[in-house]
Amino acid sequence: MLDKSYYDKTDEIIAEHGARHASLIPIIQDIQAQYRYLPLELLSYVAKKIGITEAKAYSVATFYENFSFEPKGKYVIKVCDGTACHVRGSTPILERLYSELGLSQEKKTTDDMMFTLETVSCLGACGLAPVMTVNDKVYPAMTPDAAAALIRELRG
Amino acid sequence: MISKKVDTMDMINIKINGIPCQAPAGSTILEAAHASGIAIPTLCYLKEINAIGACRICVVEVKGAKTLVPACVHPISEGMEIFTNTKRVHDARRTNLKLILSTHRQECLSCDRNGHCELQNLCYEYAVDSNMAFEGEKIQYEIDDSAVHMQRDNTKCIMCRRCTAVCNVAEGVGCIGVSGRGFTAKIGSSFGEKLAESKCIHCGQCIIACPTGALSEKDDTSKVWEAIADPDKYVIVQTAPSVRAGLGEEFLMDIGENVEGKMVTALRMLGFDAVFDTDWAADLTIMEEATELLHRIQNGGTMPMFTSCCPGWIKFCETFYPEFIPNLSTCKSPQSMFGAMAKSYYAKKMDIDPNNIVVVSVMPCTAKKFEITRDDMSGAGEGLRDVDISITTRELSKMIRRAGLLFNILPESEFDAPLGIASGAGHIFGASGGVMEAALRTAAEVITGKSLGAVEFKEVRGAHGIKEATYDIGGTPVRVCVLSGAANARTLLEDIKAGKRQYDFIEVMACPGGCVNGGGQPFQPSVVRNFSSVSSMRAEALYGEDASMELRKSHENPAIKQVYEEYLEAPGSDIAHHLLHTSYVDRSEK
Repeated sequence: MLDKSYYDKTDEIIAEHGARHASLIPIIQDIQAQYRYLPLELLSYVAKKIGITEAKAYSVATFYENFSFEPKGKYVIKVCDGTACHVRGSTPILERLYSELGLSQEKKTTDDMMFTLETVSCLGACGLAPVMTVNDKVYPAMTPDAAAALIRELRG
Repeated sequence: MISKKVDTMDMINIKINGIPCQAPAGSTILEAAHASGIAIPTLCYLKEINAIGACRICVVEVKGAKTLVPACVHPISEGMEIFTNTKRVHDARRTNLKLILSTHRQECLSCDRNGHCELQNLCYEYAVDSNMAFEGEKIQYEIDDSAVHMQRDNTKCIMCRRCTAVCNVAEGVGCIGVSGRGFTAKIGSSFGEKLAESKCIHCGQCIIACPTGALSEKDDTSKVWEAIADPDKYVIVQTAPSVRAGLGEEFLMDIGENVEGKMVTALRMLGFDAVFDTDWAADLTIMEEATELLHRIQNGGTMPMFTSCCPGWIKFCETFYPEFIPNLSTCKSPQSMFGAMAKSYYAKKMDIDPNNIVVVSVMPCTAKKFEITRDDMSGAGEGLRDVDISITTRELSKMIRRAGLLFNILPESEFDAPLGIASGAGHIFGASGGVMEAALRTAAEVITGKSLGAVEFKEVRGAHGIKEATYDIGGTPVRVCVLSGAANARTLLEDIKAGKRQYDFIEVMACPGGCVNGGGQPFQPSVVRNFSSVSSMRAEALYGEDASMELRKSHENPAIKQVYEEYLEAPGSDIAHHLLHTSYVDRSEK
């Protein structure tokens, strides 16, 4: 059971968008922005509040890669692995980040909850390939070394 | 030229395979073709439930269209020329079948659905076999057999979504849905939980909607064989009204053929020690329920009162509308009343140790498998479950086949006495409106103290989702409502809460059309379901039997009078309450 504050915050978010079926996605986007993940308890709560079944809400939330039921790290790193980034060397960057952070395809978030590493299929910035983002800030023309340096910088 | 008889104003002209014909405006190609004698195959489409054009098996050619179009959702237009049987169409359907097979676990020999599988039948018709399926990745899914009534095997799922649609649209439950996307998308309970932990009401409508073997009831027939083989056990079988209205379909008889006599013979040949009728207990239910209704009316009890025969509806109410639990009749269902009486009254009468009695019920229903596991279902004493094993109509047909009984040529015979004697009122319990009508026949006469002229209450009959009527019973207007399909219960309960509707007595059955269309009834493929009302046809079998009888009112049933004289004292007595009534639980937290 989550703390009451989570539900109060969710009520606020729902009020902002209106308790309508069509508001599901903006509501859960805001919840995820608030907590860096989408707690299942809140998804269930939202479903009830806007009058859809839990199964429907779950369908929508699992359809989009962007929603995560697992808490994410303070810094969410997205390495683009679209065609342009792939041919210009995204794989070595990804591998370097995995080893630098001790992560893998299965383990996406560091134990200290600092970093989450994901791949995305295209960030729409092919001219800047290979590209990655950290909390939506874009880092163009990356190399494995530059990525490792960025991690050290973020660790402070 | 074949065409439907409809007002010509609404008809438009099309050509199907070069033959001119007419069909009502607004029809889909599928409907127009069917009216012209052509069945276009479908896998995902279910009339009024699921029209999403996803499986692409129903594709046809339309002159001038660039691509093939899905007949199930494509409307006809004036002058349209449709081709349903060209090589292009056949090739496309075969390719689609091969694609479906490439991820389908093919264990057709032992699959529960063998012989009734719509995918299997199409592969046969289109000469597609497993060697032709495309090579590719297959996902191994764990079978979800957590629930008592059914299991889900996603390796046989073709993602048609008929199950999720029926769960949402007809039942208003929505406990299952798609999760994920693309190749890894799958159907399951919300939040990835097991079905047993979900809000499932066990109605089994998803099972009869499924075109393949992905969904099936839990097979409990081995328990029945075991009980019959045990010389120390006295095995009693009871059959619900709807079983006789559906069982014949398993043996290629017409839908709606009443096979009561053959069924009784078959049960005796299977080796049951006594063959009884749940309809007897339906009469008993009416005595208790009509008495309870009158008591509530006369003593200012909680109103309106809801019937409690349907375990799917009970779970629905407990889960989604616990505030209406006080409105539920406390009467057990006929299945459970029967069991409690078999292990008390009948055991005493026959001098059999109730511990050695095994009560088997044959039900059109999968929720009955859940009902027998409920708390407060041991009327005859601790450890004496009212019903020990509940099997569906389909499971009974499997037993009959395995025993080699030639069902179609079996002679007819009658149920054993006394728990096999039932009135016409008991028989009609299986149809939506039947419980209401049976209760009215008795309540009216108990209140007025005199015999009513009319026996039939036709306003509450039929397959409509919500039916209502007001009857003057002894000077008191009694407002009744009958509904089937749990989604209609949602509508009605919301209206009652909002004060928009007022009733005194409400019958609810979770399955659309009532138990005749239960989740445990024989499979009918979508090509039949989409174009005929299977529930109405089966209901006719029950109304027909009722109409042919002298004995049509529960309170006139001599076997019922006898049981009150010898054992139960009076309807609503302490002993009747102990044996025949139960309690409910608020399940809304889950």
